[in-house]
Parts: sequence; structure tokens; C-alpha cells
Amino acid sequence: MTESAKKAVYETKQLNLWYGSNHALKNIDLEIMENEVTAIIGPSGCGKSTYIKTLNRMVELVPSVKTSGEILYRGRNIFNHDYGVEELRTRVGMVFQKPNPFPKSIYDNIAYGPRIHGIKNKKILDEIVEKSLRGAAIWDEVKDRLNENAYSISGGQQQRICIARALAIEPDVILMDEPTSALDPISTLKVEELVQELKKDYSIIIVTHNMQQAARISDKTAFFLNGEVVEYDHTDTIFSNPSDKRTEDYISGRFG
Amino acid sequence: MRYIEQQTVVKRMNGRLIANSIFKYIFLAATLIALLALVILLYRIVTQGAGHLSIEFLTNFASRFPEKAGIKAALVGSLWLMLVVAPTSIILGVGSAIYLEEYAKQNRITTFIRMNISNLAGVPSVVFGLLGLTIFVRALALGNSVLAAGFTMSLLILPVIVVASQEAIRSVPGELRDASYGMGATKWQTIVKIILPAAIPGILTGSILALSRAIGETAPLIVIGIPVIIQFLPAGVMDTFTALPMQIYDWSSRPQQEFQTVAAAGIIVLMAVLLFMNSIAVIIRNKFDKRY
Repeated sequence: MTESAKKAVYETKQLNLWYGSNHALKNIDLEIMENEVTAIIGPSGCGKSTYIKTLNRMVELVPSVKTSGEILYRGRNIFNHDYGVEELRTRVGMVFQKPNPFPKSIYDNIAYGPRIHGIKNKKILDEIVEKSLRGAAIWDEVKDRLNENAYSISGGQQQRICIARALAIEPDVILMDEPTSALDPISTLKVEELVQELKKDYSIIIVTHNMQQAARISDKTAFFLNGEVVEYDHTDTIFSNPSDKRTEDYISGRFG
Repeated sequence: MRYIEQQTVVKRMNGRLIANSIFKYIFLAATLIALLALVILLYRIVTQGAGHLSIEFLTNFASRFPEKAGIKAALVGSLWLMLVVAPTSIILGVGSAIYLEEYAKQNRITTFIRMNISNLAGVPSVVFGLLGLTIFVRALALGNSVLAAGFTMSLLILPVIVVASQEAIRSVPGELRDASYGMGATKWQTIVKIILPAAIPGILTGSILALSRAIGETAPLIVIGIPVIIQFLPAGVMDTFTALPMQIYDWSSRPQQEFQTVAAAGIIVLMAVLLFMNSIAVIIRNKFDKRY
């Protein structure tokens, strides 16, 4: 696919965000392309998690959050009054920092999303569960224990269950907020391979602390610092030939 | 230069270890004193009342004659009372807890409300009795019925249920809410499918403990004028009735020595009911207890 044929899923225009009086995001302009992995890197407190949570408006669960500017998702401003957050979040799945399966069976975890959106037919649910678990490359490991509590499996498996759960709502975009920070290296590798696989069908935005991870798996990388986007470019360029001194300092480990 | 000298540490070690074991025994003594008081109480009640316990005691109405006196009206009356108190207080209590924890915005008004609900839990029960007398018995003209007493008791235990339910709801990890909202669930779906199932052990334990308080309370019933000697069973919530603690209070205040035995037997029945309710609470907690 050529560069020009790809469409933008997200266009962020002059986004500002405040937590009370704390100006957490400043004039963010970013265009995120479909079927790509976009990594967001930066030191702690730079606003990268805040930004990704703004993309599905989860950030609004924090009281006293104020925003200005626009985020167009597939051309529609997600802050519009007639754009319901529930509708947005069925298009945009999210995977969190800590694996957070529900205290239910593996099956019920995956079927949760489809069920809340009104699917009751057992056969269809069965198919969705299998497809999602296969999509998250964990079907073979759990297919015989679908009725076991999701807490009975390892942390790495739990995180892939959470990815499968996000896939079950058949999203367009998957947001990942440091999905491997609580996992061991082998589980991390599995999640990374999975991300590579998933980008064929989904657009993925991943926040990560781990710069090698960003370099390994992403197509584009945005470097955040103090609530601003310092640099946004192809991952190769960011890591081999950054145009901003601060990016270079950060990726070479001089701070952060 | 070292700040901690090994020799001083060794010298002080003995004193520290002694203090360590002294405090262990102080706390053990505190527990034993409480336990001893309970054992003596139980022993006295059981030795005094066990002789009077019989099937007739459970199936007879109250009587002037101690040997014929039974607890039927009070036992059935207390069950009727629970029939009103349980749904009223749990629905209202859990409802307000959900509102306060999940819907209400954090501002001065809600902080004020939260604070005062905790305060209400400490208001003496006789005050709730006066409230019930004014509102339910007189203003709403419910008389000294099961309904009036039930509503009064519900008000009495409502704060306890609200606080317990709030605690239970608050202890549901935020990550579970995030996961649910992140998939496009509405607040209501998240509450019904995620938060309540996770909070239900705490909610039910708190509610049942509150209900056992209601079943043992006497003061509000006296204030709203619940009779003691009753020779019939209530047929509905608008009928008058009597309750276990009322009956026991009446028996124990009678001059005849024999009635003390009857009162003790009544206490055994009341304790059996309480024990039964508390064990339900334990069973529910164990059944629903899930790790997350």
C-alpha cells in the first residue's frame, strides 16, 4: 500500500487539555494513519497516557478535566455533542497498563462487549469468542478452560485475554496504554508479535516507556515532552536521524 | 564513623523483646475479658432458659401463666417486621450508595451528605422511634402496624447499609470500571454487570448485620407503641404485631420469678434467629468472595 492511499483515522487539531489548572496537553497536532502502529513515547508525566485516553474520551472520567480543540475520528469531531462516548468506544478498543480482566470466566470476559451491545445468540457469541481469542493468539492456550476464572491464568495470558476482549467489539482502532509494562520479557514478546499481526486489520496506537519496543513494532513514533509533541515522524527517522535535539537526547538515554 | 553501634543494639535488645511480649499478653487479655463476659452471659441465659424451651414455647401465644407462655406471636411478628425492613432498607440503602459513589459529583453538597450519613448511623435508636411515631404512626396514620414499625426500623438501619454498601462499591477496582467503559458500556450496564456483582459480598454482609440489629432493637418499638400481649398473628402489613425483643422485655420486667425463665428462653430464640442471619451473611460472603 502506498503512503498516499492510506487514510487518517485520527486528526488531532490544536488539542489542549487541563486537569484543573494543570495544562497537561498543549496544542497537539497529530495525524494518525490507518493500519499502522503509532507509538507514543516520552518521559513520565509528559502527557502520553493522557493523550491516548483522550482519543476515546476515557480521560473525562477524571473530574475537572477540560479540553479545547478538535479530535476528528474518521472525519467526525469526537467532542461534538451528538457524538456519544459509548458509540465512539465501540469503534475504539482499549488495552490498559495492568491486565484487568473481569472477575468472570474467560468466556464471559470476551463475550462482555458483544453482550452489552445487544448480542444474545449463544452461537454467535461462541463464534465471536473463538475469533477474538484466535485474533489475540491465545485460543490454543485457553480453549479447554473457557469456563475458568480469568484470574486463574498468568499475567501475560491475562493481558492477551484483555486484547481479545477489545477485539470482540470489532473495533477499528486499538489503543494500548503501556500494555507490556506489567509483563515479563516472554509475554512482552508475544504481545509485540501480536501487535504486528493485528495492524493488518486494525489501526494501533501504543503508549510505551520502552524505546526499543517503539523501535521494534511501530511505523510512526511521536515524542511527547511536557505536554507537547516535540517530534512526530517515521519510527526509522525518529530513532536514526531525529531532527530535534531533545528527541535525540531522550532516545539516546540522556534524560527521562 | 558508624551511627549504629552493635554493642548498644545488643544491650537494648532484651528490653525490646520484653516489651514485645508484654504487649502481646495485654492484647490477649483484652480479647479474653470480652470473650469471658460473652461466655458468662451465654451460660446464664442457656442454663436459665433451656428448661423452658419446647415446641409449645414456639407455638403458644403469650399468657398470664408462665408455664403456658409462648413466643409464637413475637417470633412471627419479628419475621413480618423483617419482611418490610429487608426490602425497604436494602433497596433504599444500596440505591443511595450507588448514587453517591457512581453518579454524584464531588462537591460540597455531596461531601456534606456523605458525612451526615455516617453521623446518622450514630443517632440513638429512640430518636428514630420518635421520628417514626411522628411521621409513620401519626402523620401518615399507619398506626402501630407492621408497616409503621418496619419503616421506622428501615430508617434506623439505613445509614449502616448505605455506609457498608459505599465501602463495598468503593473497593471495586477502578480498572474494572475502565475496562467496561472502554468497551462502550453505559454507566448502568457497568453498575449492573461489573460493579454490583463485585460489591455484592460486602453489600449483603453489611445489610444482614444491619438487619440483625433491627431484629434486636426494642426502643423504637416501645416509642411507636407496639403492644406486647397479642393473641393473634398479623394477617398483613397493616395489622399490629409484637416482636421478639418487646416480648422479652415484657417478660423480664414481670415480678414473678418464673417469667425470668421464660424471658431467658425468649432470648435463646432471639439469639438463634440472629445466629441464623449472621451465618447466612458468612455463607454469602464466602460464596461470592472473588479475587481480583
